[in-house]
Amino acid sequence: MKSLEDLKKIREEMQQKINIRTGDENRTRVVVGMATCGIAAGARPVLAALVDEVSRRKLQQVTVTQTGCIGVCRLEPIIEVLEPGKEKVTYVKVTEEKVKKIVSEHLANGRVVEEYTIGAAE
Amino acid sequence: MKELALNILDIAQNSIAAGANQIAIAVRESVAADRLTISVKDNGCGMEPEFLAKVTDPFTTTRKTRKVGMGIPLLKMEAEMSGGELRIESEKGKGTSLTACFKRSHIDRPPLGDVAGTFMVLIQGAPNLEFTYTRETDRGAFQFSTAQVRALLDGVPLSEPDVLAWIRGYVEEGESGVL
Repeated sequence: MKSLEDLKKIREEMQQKINIRTGDENRTRVVVGMATCGIAAGARPVLAALVDEVSRRKLQQVTVTQTGCIGVCRLEPIIEVLEPGKEKVTYVKVTEEKVKKIVSEHLANGRVVEEYTIGAAE
Repeated sequence: MKELALNILDIAQNSIAAGANQIAIAVRESVAADRLTISVKDNGCGMEPEFLAKVTDPFTTTRKTRKVGMGIPLLKMEAEMSGGELRIESEKGKGTSLTACFKRSHIDRPPLGDVAGTFMVLIQGAPNLEFTYTRETDRGAFQFSTAQVRALLDGVPLSEPDVLAWIRGYVEEGESGVL
């Protein structure tokens, strides 16, 4: 059972961690398209998997956020990776399986997964 | 959309876009009355009567980049295909309330799906807004509010993955208690 006591424990752990986070300017942002098109194509489990993977690998410098329609509805679910000082990378037709690879290769090790990008799809 | 929980996610995004800071989601299900009702109520900017009148038209949208908006029309179609209806009430400056009713046993009624997953994703995207979720069945009611959790968290953001995972699990367990 999940109890309010568990939540208090999480709070205590988090309050210590939050202080050692890197500043906003050095953070990598991962944006998931969460409009009607994205949701219908399966963006919800993709986002959930992304949050899980980032948390599991303790990638403290990564922020996962949501946005509306990115504009290429037929290629949804779409996620964009925005790293400071680098060109934006757009991944298309993302699945929970692809998320695992994108997190381990790109977010953790800095190697773009070319085969999943919009460039490879078009 | 494969499940009603995805429609809920989609409709609640409209509430977020409308600048709401309080969003109430409810799923009311009665086997006895053969009804399933989902509702999303917000205190966002609301709509003018003229816009409200055409909001179920797929060629109505607030977006500037293109001219279609499928979220509300899709849900309306699903409700009407399964012996139900869609109602929207809105007042400019006060907020909007959307209700979709379904005949629960209708063969074309989409499954409810993962509402806890929807709820988690909504909080992840808008961790500073207050959400409530009510799940009512013939056996009882479960209610969850982010305000209650926020008070307990004492400054730790609701968007923290561990907090989100807890919320998801807590909602799933709470829901299963009334099923």
